Amino acid sequence: MPFVNWLKRNLVVIAGLLTLGYLLLPNVVVTVFSFNKPKGRFNYEWQQFSTDAWKDPCGVADMCGSLSISLQIAAFATIGATILGTMIAFALVRYRFRARGAVNSLIFLPMAMPEVVMAASLLTLFLNMGAQLGFWTILIAHIMFCLSFVVTAVKARVMSMDPRLEQAAQDLYAGPFQTFVRVTLPIAAPGIAAGALLAFALSFDDFIITNFNAGSTVTFPMFVWGSAQRGTPVQINVIGTAMFLVAVLLVLTSMVITNRRNKQKA
Amino acid sequence: MTTVTNKNETGGDVRLSGISKTYDNGFTAVQPLDLTVPQGSFFALLGASGCGKTTTLRMIAGLEEPTTGTVFLGDQEVTNLPPYKRPVNTVFQSYALFPHLDIFENVAFGLRRRGIKSVKKQVEDMLELVQLGEQARKKPHQLSGGQQQRVAVARALINHPKVLLLDEPLGALDLKLRRQMQLELKRIQTEVGITFVHVTHDQEEAMTMADTVAVMNAGRVEQLGSPTDLYENPHTTFVANFLGTSNLIEAEVDTKNGDDIVLKAGGGKLVLPESRCSAPTTTGGKVLVGVRPEKISLTHADDAGEIPEGRNRITGKIANSSFIGVSTQYVIDSAVCPEFEVYVQNIERDSRLVPGADVVLHWSPAHTFGLDAAQDIDAGVEEGAAA
Repeated sequence: MPFVNWLKRNLVVIAGLLTLGYLLLPNVVVTVFSFNKPKGRFNYEWQQFSTDAWKDPCGVADMCGSLSISLQIAAFATIGATILGTMIAFALVRYRFRARGAVNSLIFLPMAMPEVVMAASLLTLFLNMGAQLGFWTILIAHIMFCLSFVVTAVKARVMSMDPRLEQAAQDLYAGPFQTFVRVTLPIAAPGIAAGALLAFALSFDDFIITNFNAGSTVTFPMFVWGSAQRGTPVQINVIGTAMFLVAVLLVLTSMVITNRRNKQKA
Repeated sequence: MTTVTNKNETGGDVRLSGISKTYDNGFTAVQPLDLTVPQGSFFALLGASGCGKTTTLRMIAGLEEPTTGTVFLGDQEVTNLPPYKRPVNTVFQSYALFPHLDIFENVAFGLRRRGIKSVKKQVEDMLELVQLGEQARKKPHQLSGGQQQRVAVARALINHPKVLLLDEPLGALDLKLRRQMQLELKRIQTEVGITFVHVTHDQEEAMTMADTVAVMNAGRVEQLGSPTDLYENPHTTFVANFLGTSNLIEAEVDTKNGDDIVLKAGGGKLVLPESRCSAPTTTGGKVLVGVRPEKISLTHADDAGEIPEGRNRITGKIANSSFIGVSTQYVIDSAVCPEFEVYVQNIERDSRLVPGADVVLHWSPAHTFGLDAAQDIDAGVEEGAAA
């Protein structure tokens, strides 16, 4: 009976911890196995602790080159998709134009389309246009599928913006450009940032569309896939863990900065 | 930016001539309207929601383009100037403070956009004027409603506009704070001497604060005047009912007696000074006779002989009475009007004045007003009560 009571009282906490474990266990495995010293070519069984891979992250042929390509594509795709997506979001929320309703739904099409189908169709399109497959075709494809996500994120923010704020800015001697730069953009910034982060993450680990349209270019996800056929170097786990750490560090820094700012103000 | 404020310029009257607004969907919010707001005055546009008062204000601000007519600020025509080139500033309904800027930067916004470099002193002085000196580095959401309201006023006033426009600025505040802010705004207006145009649906607010009130209804100005003038001498049934409460009786013109008109109503006679009648008075014509509930004295029918000569009288029966504290409000059932309202000050309470008692209502002819009988007798009743 006491146990049942204890369970009742702590049910929420237990459910929370279990879900968190479910969510984080794969990340823990990635991190733990980055310190493994596998016997064969496959890093699937724990052998012994070692920091070899961390000391020589680029020790695997071509891996760091593919990582660099992936980072570049992700950066450019983020910039392109964020600029275009933000403009589309503003147009959809702020202006009444013909076919606005149609555009509003069509913008979600790339999200709904099965990725493999999209990838194959894109390849057909590029081949028919006689485009040289490689960095640029990947970038074009990535901007395309990131756009919908950016539009969704920015639109939500712009819709919740009070149009009177811009009127107030105009009333206070800010012309159209000043109003946009001083009021509209800063207030929409969280939505734009969320869209940009989403775009970066989506672009960085996209495999299917990239694989179809890459030609001879190899991105990091393609490299991992390719090496998994022949053996998985520990360095893959090192890169994965490093990315994870960078993300956590960024989140922590921003939290510390906001906290400190709030404390100064209060 | 050369057209922006020049506070040394004289003649800051706001002149609207023939101004109207019809929206794309065909709805006419403001009928052609002429209005002059004298420089330095506290002017209120009063009306129920949808009467066109906010649209009129927004046309002065430049946030709404008039369909016809012109807007003058002093000698300058501003009809086609965008809002950022007009020397007017607005205190928006729900304030519209910039959430990403702190209080200091909110207040400095207008100065900075006009390229003024040293804003610190001015902003600090302005925050002092609205008693928010301590809050300069806080963000808007950290302030209470009343404080946000004062920031909105400071943010507009710091630019020394020719006219300050206030769009229901106190609507979001609770009653007590609203009363306090009314006095505060009045104080600030007296201190800075800038023309205030204040839009409100609260008749009490308009009367307490403004020098001149324009009562608007269905896109038209019903009547314009000082609060006492509007209250004591309304010209339309809408004004009579919207501002406070009025008893209106249908009557027929009988004879004229010098400056007075004698009217027949329900078998009795009522006297009305001709100067207080806004309707044409031909013998036999219909007129609506009005009197405010607090102008009426209530005497028990047994003492009817003590009522002085020369007062307007009506007999009736008390239908209902409610004790308010400072006064008692009676509803009297009379032949001319089934629900005659009378407010009696609680000085010496007559214990015979209870529901069912026969009474005589009497008041001075000088407190009577006459209105055109062709109007809806109940115009403005509900809107006035709701406000």
